[in-house]
Amino acid sequence: MDEKVIWDIAATVVDPEVPVLTIEDLGVLRRVTVEGDIVTVDITPTYSGCPAVDAMRDDIVSALSAAGYADVRVRQVLAPAWTTEWMSSEGRAKLEAFGIAPPLPRDAGGVVNVGLGIRCPHCGSLHTRQLSRFGSTSCKALYVCQRCQEPFDYFKAH
Amino acid sequence: MNHSNHVVSTAITPESIADSSLVATDAVADYALGLGDDALVLAHRLGEWITNAPELEEDVALGNIGLDLLGHARSLLTYAGSAWAKSEDDLAYFRDEREFRSHQLFEQPNGDFAATIARQLIASTYFVGLYRALSSSTDATLAAIAAKAVKEVDYHLDHSVQWLQRLGLGTEYSHQRMQAGFDAMWPYVDELFREDSFAAAAGRAAVDPRTLRAAFDATVPRLVAEAGLEVPAVPPARGGGRSGVHAEAFGPMLAELQVLARAHPGAQW
Repeated sequence: MDEKVIWDIAATVVDPEVPVLTIEDLGVLRRVTVEGDIVTVDITPTYSGCPAVDAMRDDIVSALSAAGYADVRVRQVLAPAWTTEWMSSEGRAKLEAFGIAPPLPRDAGGVVNVGLGIRCPHCGSLHTRQLSRFGSTSCKALYVCQRCQEPFDYFKAH
Repeated sequence: MNHSNHVVSTAITPESIADSSLVATDAVADYALGLGDDALVLAHRLGEWITNAPELEEDVALGNIGLDLLGHARSLLTYAGSAWAKSEDDLAYFRDEREFRSHQLFEQPNGDFAATIARQLIASTYFVGLYRALSSSTDATLAAIAAKAVKEVDYHLDHSVQWLQRLGLGTEYSHQRMQAGFDAMWPYVDELFREDSFAAAAGRAAVDPRTLRAAFDATVPRLVAEAGLEVPAVPPARGGGRSGVHAEAFGPMLAELQVLARAHPGAQW
């Protein structure tokens, strides 16, 4: 069995909360290994309490099962801890097209950016303001655009 | 191993710890149980704010913070349970009050929003110090849980600091209530940093809570002063959470947390 083929199938699974992103885009899919007939897929949760992980795990098993892989094991690994640095550039572009501002880089030593430079995914304005540091899921914060007045989600740099 | 499509997880989330050969030693399990109880109890208290917070955004914020803490509790309790063939649910729902090891700070009733923010500032500062140190634990599972948790509690701390400043430096009335919040919560600070026999028994797998006090004292009083408030001059409460002696309000809270699982054992939803 080819690990690359299996990876590509697992990589079709999407985040149930942010269906525009695959688990590969998110950086949640970490590793595929094959030993005999046993397929092992390593994923890492985004946040400790994220309830989407269970759904992702079931979806990986279903996708691989449909492709004929009978013995699929999904391992969830906590270390190293997930970071938005692992999100692909395709993932960032898809998020923005979907109406969610992608995470800023975490290059400033982990300092949380407090709202400067988050671009509105609707009109592209940088004149935006944080409404709430927390949003509809663990990974998002709520913003509003001062130019087009539309509220939007920002995928927090983590 | 003849089942098809069965899921086996072997690393470090609740499900994976449960299904794996990762088994904590008794000493590490005893230590993890206390940390897991702290996270579980505070997560439940924060959940009580949902639909009750001063604004919708705070329902969401406190709910999200609670969800992160619940994630920590699930990992820690599952790992603790691995030593005794118990699941996270066995430990959360089927222990009685005296078997819990939570610190009394986390058990305190929410009070008003300012009191909750005072408790969150104290709790988040404590968790940041604890998990930062625990990420160097000699126990690989505890280290991994802590390394993930520290990023989350760091973000929680920012939330408390912002509200501390808004309320402390806001109106005379908000200032007064923020100060009253600290007055109510401060007696329970001392317990967090006392000698802990479970931590001592776990050796270098654990963090001696006494070593976290200096960093706390260098941070929280400064933040409180910057918000125009005072660290209350109140005597410490007796404590005893780690040995099963709990705040008066804990029993009713625990009853609410456990009633559904006990009324319908094995129920799934």
